[in-house]
Amino acid sequence: MKGEKLIKKIWNSMKFPLIAIVLGFLVGAIFIIASDNSPIVAYQALFQGSLSSFSSFGETLYKTTPILFTGLAIAVAFRTGLFNIGAEGQYIVGAISAVAAGWYFQGLPHLPLIIAIVISGALAGALWASIAGFLKAKIGVHEVITTIMLNYTALHLSNYIAKAVLNPQVLEGTEKKAHTVSLTDAGKLTKLNEIIPQFEYSSAHTGIFIALAMVFVIYILLFKTSIGYELRSVGKNPDAAEYGGINKTKNIIISMAISGSLAGMAGAVQVAGLLYKVSQTPNMPGYGFDGIAVALVGQNHPIGIIFSALLFGILSNGSRKMQIAGIPKEIIGIIQGVIIVFVAADQMSKILEKRKKAKIKPKEGDEK
Amino acid sequence: MSNVVEMKNITKIFPGVIANDDIDFNLKKGEIHVLLGENGAGKTTLMNILYGLYRPTSGSIFINGEKTIIKDPNTAIEKGIGMVHQHFMLVQTFTVAENIVLGREPQKGLSIDMEVANAKVREISEKFGLKVNPEAKVMDLSVGIQQRVEILKALYRGAEILILDEPTAVLTPQEIEELGVIMKNLVAEGKSIILITHKLKEVMSISDRVTVIRRGKFIDTISTQDTDTDHLAELMVGRKVNLTVDKQTKEFTGNKVLEIKDLHVLDNRFLEAVKGISFNVNEGEIFALAGVDGNGQSQLIEAITGLRKIKSGMVFINGEDVTKYSSRKIIEQGVGHIPEDRQKRGLVLDHDLAENMILGYHYKEPFTKKLMMNYSEIHKHAKRLIKEFDVRTPSENVTAHSLSGGNQQKAIVAREFHKDLKVLIAAQPTRGLDVGSIEFVHKKIVEARNNGTAVLLVSLELDEVLALADRIGVIYDGRIVGSLDAKDADEKKLGIMMAGGTINKVEGGEDI
Amino acid sequence: MNFTIIIALIASAFRLATPLIFASLGGTFSERSGVVNIALEGIMLMGAFFSVLITYLYGSAWLGVGGAILVGIVTSLLLAFMAIHLLANQVVVGVAINVLAASITAYFLEMVWKRSGQTTSLPKELSLTGNPQSLAFLEKIPILGDLFSRFTPFVYLAFVAVGVSYYVLFKTPFGLRVRAVGEHPRAADTLGINVYKTRYICVMISGALAGLAGATLSLGTISLFREGMSVGKGFIALAAMIFGKWHPVGAMFACLFFGFTEALQIQAQTIGIKLAPEFLQMLPYVATIFALAGVVGKATGPASSGIPYEKGEK
Repeated sequence: MKGEKLIKKIWNSMKFPLIAIVLGFLVGAIFIIASDNSPIVAYQALFQGSLSSFSSFGETLYKTTPILFTGLAIAVAFRTGLFNIGAEGQYIVGAISAVAAGWYFQGLPHLPLIIAIVISGALAGALWASIAGFLKAKIGVHEVITTIMLNYTALHLSNYIAKAVLNPQVLEGTEKKAHTVSLTDAGKLTKLNEIIPQFEYSSAHTGIFIALAMVFVIYILLFKTSIGYELRSVGKNPDAAEYGGINKTKNIIISMAISGSLAGMAGAVQVAGLLYKVSQTPNMPGYGFDGIAVALVGQNHPIGIIFSALLFGILSNGSRKMQIAGIPKEIIGIIQGVIIVFVAADQMSKILEKRKKAKIKPKEGDEK
Repeated sequence: MSNVVEMKNITKIFPGVIANDDIDFNLKKGEIHVLLGENGAGKTTLMNILYGLYRPTSGSIFINGEKTIIKDPNTAIEKGIGMVHQHFMLVQTFTVAENIVLGREPQKGLSIDMEVANAKVREISEKFGLKVNPEAKVMDLSVGIQQRVEILKALYRGAEILILDEPTAVLTPQEIEELGVIMKNLVAEGKSIILITHKLKEVMSISDRVTVIRRGKFIDTISTQDTDTDHLAELMVGRKVNLTVDKQTKEFTGNKVLEIKDLHVLDNRFLEAVKGISFNVNEGEIFALAGVDGNGQSQLIEAITGLRKIKSGMVFINGEDVTKYSSRKIIEQGVGHIPEDRQKRGLVLDHDLAENMILGYHYKEPFTKKLMMNYSEIHKHAKRLIKEFDVRTPSENVTAHSLSGGNQQKAIVAREFHKDLKVLIAAQPTRGLDVGSIEFVHKKIVEARNNGTAVLLVSLELDEVLALADRIGVIYDGRIVGSLDAKDADEKKLGIMMAGGTINKVEGGEDI
Repeated sequence: MNFTIIIALIASAFRLATPLIFASLGGTFSERSGVVNIALEGIMLMGAFFSVLITYLYGSAWLGVGGAILVGIVTSLLLAFMAIHLLANQVVVGVAINVLAASITAYFLEMVWKRSGQTTSLPKELSLTGNPQSLAFLEKIPILGDLFSRFTPFVYLAFVAVGVSYYVLFKTPFGLRVRAVGEHPRAADTLGINVYKTRYICVMISGALAGLAGATLSLGTISLFREGMSVGKGFIALAAMIFGKWHPVGAMFACLFFGFTEALQIQAQTIGIKLAPEFLQMLPYVATIFALAGVVGKATGPASSGIPYEKGEK
């Protein structure tokens, strides 16, 4: 009985994301056919290219790592009724401060240095997001707009720091580069192929374990601690939360800070595991926006997010394999876009359900 | 005089509720006709049908003798019916004239002719003595003036019949007087007015005829000059099912548990809603605040429970000054609160029942230890309360959403009674509940009183007040206008005071 | 700093402000009616690409501009339908459109030109990067002539669009209704104004203007399309809209200011500005945050912006 109910509950929450995913692949297929290719060949290349061997799976894993963090970040905010569209910027400040921590603590041995790097990324992200949290909680400025503005502010700030503060020219006296100094070897996360040789050439690194650990931590935080209880209560019904003695303002700021710290960690882990430095760029890294899709498809649940992050990891890794098979890699973006459109429509289905209920329920105090 | 509106045998059924049950209503040209009834009697529903917002389940409507089907507000407007809603439909950032001409703008070429618009508004305004400046921004206007803008909106659209839904609920006494003058002007110009209200004083001072409805049913239509407030109060309140509550008389210790001193509180629009209220609730006593909705009760309760800022005055619990306490600290003083809107305040509907049943003390042992919640304790707690308070639910794992209103309320009562209650604040604790649930909630409240809790009961239901209270205060317009021992109170006395009448007027601000 | 540099700087500021003006006017229409348009960025990209594509295919730049407007409208319809009829989260849909636009443009770029990165340059006779012939007389004006010679047709069009937008939003019955719908849709509804229709029209106007902004970026600047060439311009336009307090003229000044900072940053070396260009790039965003925080006169948007409107039931 209980098992059946659980399955039904899971099915109910997965129904719409699954429909969205199927529709995404269908629309993708149309574009593949339009480019004179076979969707079967394309999708075969996609999944084989990202799941068929240890090394290809490894490639998928390293693509999954940052969006697992950002997806989680956005989900935490959503759970408190906030839309953190600023994971992008929090990622950027996390990445740049990871480089800074790597430089300033470079004497430390491997583990402490990694901890210092990850924590500094998390702190930077938390701080950056708290600006939006503070403005929302104290002045009521909508977090969507402030976080968008903070994204681009972070991008240009990071470019400046890469150019003028953490540049090898400044710190090491070499010639000017378009990127920061690199992390020392002690600051780099272990590659998975060093532990399991079958991962071969893939760039997968132990950052995925940090991400999974954070999934666990966030799951516990949200569903097993009183902090999570308060955050969720504010998200679902701020008036009732207030009535229950829960401080709304405080929880909005806490939520944004936690969310930002996860996005900041994404940046730090990406630097420590893969990039080792931050380059000057005019473009957004994109992980923050992907995180929105990951969070929505994963229904803002940590466990769901593992799967949706993996899906988006597969998509982004598989795109290269598809390209090798002669299929435009943009198909992947189209599939992602369509999925996001349809998970947005899933909000509607909830509204419809509510409406249905409201119709059935007798009206109380109709005169009001 | 001819009937401009005739509503015959109007019945309106909402799923599960008969809001209007075979009601007849007619309006003569040039009269002010009051539609009188308690909250929830079905007055607004009837008028929403006339204005085309609802379709009647059965019955027919005649406008100027002609059978008319009013399918939407546009038809109503065409037929010369205008309605001023209780909640204004005004665009705050627009000027008065912009609000009025919206949708029917005078044009000069492609542009709106604002000069014509302003002139027209000024003209109508002067004709009926409304004194509204067409160029003022709505957000800068007082509530009273905003209401006139709503009236102007209807007049600009050529309304001959005006429906005013509880127009005085939001007005100051002086504004009410001015509205009275405006209404007389309108009638003098040949307009006909339907006034929805539950305040008897207004009925007597302004109307030509009154139609009383009670619980969806037509009671009577009478000329105002042939009646008085006592008679109307009786018609309006009627004889209700006698609620029997087993309540022993007892000796009171006289220990003041809850003390309110000259409290002033603002509402969301920054107008003073509580205008200097003082009272005490003693140990083991039920003090009931009777009053019509919207007289400051909500703001008063929110202020006491730390949910709304207090402008001035003081609140003491067992002698401790809690005026500036957060809602959590107030809960920690042993305050239980059954909120007036259980879905808005009382429950997080999307949480399961178990999580709802710890709201307010969720952070305390045994439910939380060092931040970690103990869900087995939480579930045990919920199961115990569900059993003890007879909450009908398949389990504690379902969302609060899926419960019926009565069971939602029981869940709240269960949660609040689990506290070590020093003070219980119960705001309309039985609203929308079935008889069985009402009896249960009443029993629990009396139990709390017998155990020494100081109970503040706020209710719109007179029979509830009379059945439960040891002492009764009547709140009107943000003040306590009278207080009496439950022994000396009856429905008629209370009804008149609630409607702003006076029998043994006691000024607010005094220690009662 | 000599006179030529000043003229060059001003001309550059106007040209850089032009796409921002179109897009921020688009944002203004959409938000004034109650729909948040985060998709400006993506719609611009669509306009930029399809204007080049159509010009390339049919050999007429003005047809390309028309195509950009049309594509902008079509793209915006996705937002309109999702936001208005399906009550979807407008920000999420906006994000989705941005993702889709980046991919769809790159996809067709690869399909048509068989290359990625950027299209080939359009032939010179199909470019709209210079002062139009019909306005060549302006170049003869002493002193200012030099300025006009650096303008494009889009620059003039942008200022016309500001005037028209202001007139429509603040002087016509339609504009009054749009603003009512964005502030208090239920009030508008009770007066017989069709909330859904009004919002559809405004989102479509917003799409048309953002599409035009895209054409300005490609046809009006470098005569080719480059992947992701809108790089945040849609969000700067959004910032300008807020900074300009949801008013066409205010948005225009904000765009000119932001265009000027961009011009400064490009010409920084010639002028000899010491300030790092990154800080100039940051300025629009930081300024907007300060505006929202109320430091430089509080910016408050239409009251019902972003909130889906549900019709009542009978």
